[in-house]
Amino acid sequence: MSTPILKLDNVKKSFGSKEVLKGVDLEVQKGESLVVLGGSGSGKSVMLKNALGLMTPTAGTIWFDGQDVTKATGRTREKMRARIGMLFQSGALFDSLTVWENVGFRLLQVDKMRRKDAKEQALETLKKVRLGPDVADLYPAEISGGMQKRVSLARSIISKPDLIFFDEPTTGLDPITADAINDLILEQVHNLGAAAVSITHDMASARKIADNIAMLYEGKIIWHGPADIIDNSGNEYVDQFVHGRAEGPIQPAI
Amino acid sequence: MSNVSTRKRGLPNPLQWIGAAVIGLFAEIGRLSVFAARVKFAALTPRWYLGQVWRQMVNIGFYSLPVVGMSAVFIGAALALNIYEGGSRYGAEQFVPSIVVLGITRELGATITGLMLAGRVSAGISAEIGAMRVTEQIDALETLSASPYRYLYAPRFLAAIIALPLLVLIADVIGIMGGWLVSVYALDFDSTTYLRNTIDFVTNEDIIVGLIKAVVFGAVIAIMGCYQGHRSEAGATGVGRAATLSMVGAAVLVLAANYLMSTLFVEIGL
Repeated sequence: MSTPILKLDNVKKSFGSKEVLKGVDLEVQKGESLVVLGGSGSGKSVMLKNALGLMTPTAGTIWFDGQDVTKATGRTREKMRARIGMLFQSGALFDSLTVWENVGFRLLQVDKMRRKDAKEQALETLKKVRLGPDVADLYPAEISGGMQKRVSLARSIISKPDLIFFDEPTTGLDPITADAINDLILEQVHNLGAAAVSITHDMASARKIADNIAMLYEGKIIWHGPADIIDNSGNEYVDQFVHGRAEGPIQPAI
Repeated sequence: MSNVSTRKRGLPNPLQWIGAAVIGLFAEIGRLSVFAARVKFAALTPRWYLGQVWRQMVNIGFYSLPVVGMSAVFIGAALALNIYEGGSRYGAEQFVPSIVVLGITRELGATITGLMLAGRVSAGISAEIGAMRVTEQIDALETLSASPYRYLYAPRFLAAIIALPLLVLIADVIGIMGGWLVSVYALDFDSTTYLRNTIDFVTNEDIIVGLIKAVVFGAVIAIMGCYQGHRSEAGATGVGRAATLSMVGAAVLVLAANYLMSTLFVEIGL
């Protein structure tokens, strides 16, 4: 079996006395689309930030294509990050930059590409997420939430990454726009041949974009399997989550 | 018995409270020092984002001109009036030009500019960076291989230590002109004599003292703004609190640094 593109090995993360991740084990193969399900406060975002190297785990190891993320510094980390894309829940577009400058940020600021060439590539990438040149010179505040997600998607794929993280990609969008975003994610991940790790609690999105699904509950992966058997997982926690029932072993976060 | 239980439940032991406050203060000084060292390292070593430095110089320097100019002219005018009033008690009105130029160049030009920028720039930087933190823009920068220390904080630091001395020079000129205006038009000084006394009295050292202070104030203002923004907690309250803390912190540190530097300059005869 080839080296997984991402591997989390007994990852723990605590904030003071609060233990958020209690030993997460997870593997993502090259080209695989994994969706991590979990309720509010289950530690999904913390897991993702650890995997990205934005947080350091309290214990455990995270491997990206065989390299230890937790020990990578300087140029090694920079090279690693050049192979990883990230779509943030809020879009996280830089509000002082125009749409095309956001998309071409890495080309302009890190790769030091000429503005003309970077803009050309940014416009090409915007076209891939169905955005025309008319939005390129607008600022993020001047476009809709769905468009911001598409711009953020364009920014995450412009450097042709091997792994893309999607943090709640459809949250806050209407069902039609959400479905369009799911289509774009599928299409772009397929075209790039990249692996994708998405965290969501939107079951429609999970069913559409996942090859495999994992369920995170109270800081641990309690189920991991193919997306097509999610309705017959045999796990009462997964069943309750998939069917969105208030009654069951998972207590609502209210 | 009841006193003990009350203390345990609600009111902290005064010694515990003092101890926690002292430990908290040292921890904060430690965090701020490490942050400042990282910003300075990023500012002094490549990679530099020169476009960002230029953008921040315009924001910190150019857009602060009106507030610095207005403050300086009024401070210079008030200083001339007060020196005239005090000096007239001893028949020493003729010292107004020399004391105004000395006060402005060595002390007030830099201090007033520092305090104004603590409000306008430090609070603005912390609010902007705090908002970027809570909207995940700083995380996004890191995922795009751009260090926030190099892309956000170092340009603000460099811009502030370059722009502040320029602003102080302008504040010095405008402050002296404020004193001249009041002296000539309200206190019946002769314009040529006033300006001649001013030019004859001021030395290069007086101006250099103000400029050295300005560089230090620039560093304080930028670092406090970036530090509080960097540590900003989520939500509008967190960002607002960061802006307030940076403004108050920068203002207090500007005044403290001013006193320490004035003491040092007097000691070494500068």
